[in-house]
Amino acid sequence: MIKILFFARLREQLGTRECSVTWSDNMTVQSLINHLLTNNDDKWQLLLADEVVVAINQQVVGRDARIKDGDELAFFPPVTGG
Amino acid sequence: MDINNASKLSPLVSVVIQSSTFDVPAETRLLEKALADNRINMGALATFTGSVRGSETGAFDDAAAYGELLALDIEHYPAMTQLTIEAIALKAAQRWPFLACRVIHRVGRLAVGEPIVLVLVASSHRKEAFAVCEFILDYLKTAAPFWKKAIFEQGEQWVAAKVSDTEALDKWSLPSL
Repeated sequence: MIKILFFARLREQLGTRECSVTWSDNMTVQSLINHLLTNNDDKWQLLLADEVVVAINQQVVGRDARIKDGDELAFFPPVTGG
Repeated sequence: MDINNASKLSPLVSVVIQSSTFDVPAETRLLEKALADNRINMGALATFTGSVRGSETGAFDDAAAYGELLALDIEHYPAMTQLTIEAIALKAAQRWPFLACRVIHRVGRLAVGEPIVLVLVASSHRKEAFAVCEFILDYLKTAAPFWKKAIFEQGEQWVAAKVSDTEALDKWSLPSL
């Protein structure tokens, strides 16, 4: 299983802070997004925006990054701390 | 083993994420005690405190319609924030010799005027203390997973990321983390 977290504006827009997806061979961030898009729910298109940041196990990665079973993914808007 | 690296002392790095406020003199004394306990003499200490401004009008399209800014709600990604700030401090240590740093970042609802972030940097000389303090803040603002939501009298709005914060990294000639 893959645990997926959403933060800030993205969490509010998606109406969820966390979900799980079954892992599959050769899964990448992009293929995971594509998988979510097949759920016939337009809201997941928000994840396609260029500005959305993706982290795997707390490390920021690109859309082509490989996902391993048990990984924790996070999607979030550009950060605004400090 | 590289003798030059082995002879370099790693700085004392401490990062705390908390909802409660912080006391700058008390934190400064803690840093001084940590250095004294490790028999390290410092020559310079840079202190930066960031607070909730009374207005965020520049950051919003129609801020006037929301009335006065009351507070900021700060959300974060707990598993990642502390690790990211520690990584930034270690990156600074590769560039400047400094002795210690303590970073405190608050989360939750912070009223106008309340402190948000504290960065203390101790070094032998002022140049390193100022540089490391600014470097940590510049990278914290663009890499550490915190998000601010502005709470107005009428309504609320997420604070948008500033291009100027990303441009601030240019002076360090390093890619974003």
